[in-house]
Amino acid sequence: MAMEYSEKVMEHFMNPKNVGEIKDADGVGEVGNAKCGDIMKMYLKIEDGIIKDVKFKTFGCGSAIATSSMATEMIKNKPIKEAAKLTNKAVVEALHGLPAVKIHCSVLAEQAIKKALLNYCKKFNLNIKETLGENFKEEDCKTC
Amino acid sequence: MRGINLKKKIIYVDNAATTKISDSCFNAMLPYLKTEYGNPSSIYSIAHTAKFAVENAREEIADALNANPEEIYFTSCATESNNWAIKCAANLLKKEGKTHIITSNFEHPSVLNCCKSLEKEGFKVSYVPVNEEGLINPKDVEKEIKKETALVSIMWVNNEIGTIQPIKKIAEICNEKGVLFHTDAVQAVGHVNISLKNEKINMLSISGHKINAPKGVGILYIKKGTKIKSFLNGGSQEKNLRAGTENVAFIVGLSKALTEKTQNITQKENKIKVLRDFLLNELEKNIEKIRVNGSLEKRVASNLNVSFEGIEGESLLLLLDSCGICASSGSACTSNSLNPSHVLLAIGLPAEIAHGSLRISLNENNTMEEIKEIVNATINSVNKLRKMSPIWN
Repeated sequence: MAMEYSEKVMEHFMNPKNVGEIKDADGVGEVGNAKCGDIMKMYLKIEDGIIKDVKFKTFGCGSAIATSSMATEMIKNKPIKEAAKLTNKAVVEALHGLPAVKIHCSVLAEQAIKKALLNYCKKFNLNIKETLGENFKEEDCKTC
Repeated sequence: MRGINLKKKIIYVDNAATTKISDSCFNAMLPYLKTEYGNPSSIYSIAHTAKFAVENAREEIADALNANPEEIYFTSCATESNNWAIKCAANLLKKEGKTHIITSNFEHPSVLNCCKSLEKEGFKVSYVPVNEEGLINPKDVEKEIKKETALVSIMWVNNEIGTIQPIKKIAEICNEKGVLFHTDAVQAVGHVNISLKNEKINMLSISGHKINAPKGVGILYIKKGTKIKSFLNGGSQEKNLRAGTENVAFIVGLSKALTEKTQNITQKENKIKVLRDFLLNELEKNIEKIRVNGSLEKRVASNLNVSFEGIEGESLLLLLDSCGICASSGSACTSNSLNPSHVLLAIGLPAEIAHGSLRISLNENNTMEEIKEIVNATINSVNKLRKMSPIWN
């Protein structure tokens, strides 16, 4: 299994970016469960509709950690509407691919971000469609 | 994709997965790969040499296991041996109305999946549970035996947690009740003394590559008088019971490796135990929330299986690999399934703890320096992963 990981996956696994917590986060999203072997927790700091800071904590395999790292890098300093559009496919591409059995890790990363954004909207009582975009579907992160 | 750095120093502690071919085994095989390549069934002199080599290997192996040479059959691997023993014995006994099999719930997949396949053919299978120490109670096996029972198959040493099962007792119970007994002894050879003339074992499977012989050769021991059908049909090799031209070089290598592996077992186990105990001691001293999986007492010295709370096994293996350490885990992520190790679940571990397991399997060539490096690398890796973990405070 391990040998199927790309250089990029290993780079992000060995030296993950944005590891940690944000104490006064504006949005927090946690997906997965320990029983299945993967939990991702994302913390967002949002200012003027921009993700000023993002941190993650992940319990999981090499690709779970690498996708958390890559996904957080991809949304950092981006407008939240853009972050809300991040797909697992884009994360996989940025990592130069994932083994087929590991694709679910990238799905978790996408869902963790969406859940954190939703949490932000709810926390500040913001209209979901207005804040995250017309195409944002709340149910996308209900499977989490 | 990552390349393989052959120059990197390797600390190999995954000997329950496979082993390095020993020099003496390698050298013993060479003539049969290069010059003595005759087919043992042919008539000319290089064929005679090959035939003699196979029969000589059979005698050496029989000596090492205290068995008769005619009870030793060569196969391609232990998976084949297990398939042959279980499926062919069961199907022969089916005609006598015996349609029940007993095994345990923590066998190797090559036994479990044989039983599952027989279930589809109408056999009933009882899966005897193991206790939290990873041990089978012979009484639990006895309770399951009924008049329809054809066969009992229980592994001698578990491949993941190294626990040694009370095989002598189970074999005796089966013998008294007139039920065939098979054991997968792949992880037992070279770790426990096997003297088959003193055991009531009907069939026993052995793998070459777990004992410093090559991959692609195995043994099925079939005690004299045990009725079994052939598994592979074809030529008359192996007394018409296992067709296919003999893998002469590998058979010669296997006899060399098995003979070496079964010598001075107690001394070798004692030497390895010093390393294993030091390793466990240091890990327990430096890492909190660590647990040993399975009995430490009734266990082969080479095996250590521990779980670390709050982390996942594949990540740990990748970090250890970056330090040149080759080990394994019962985490689901190291296999193609979503479930963690059935062995760890069978001994009652919660799934989240089973995901965070590490198996170290040593051999007599590992050194204290290597163990110290493993200790340091494991401490650093566990700490690094726990800092990242949302379920670790």
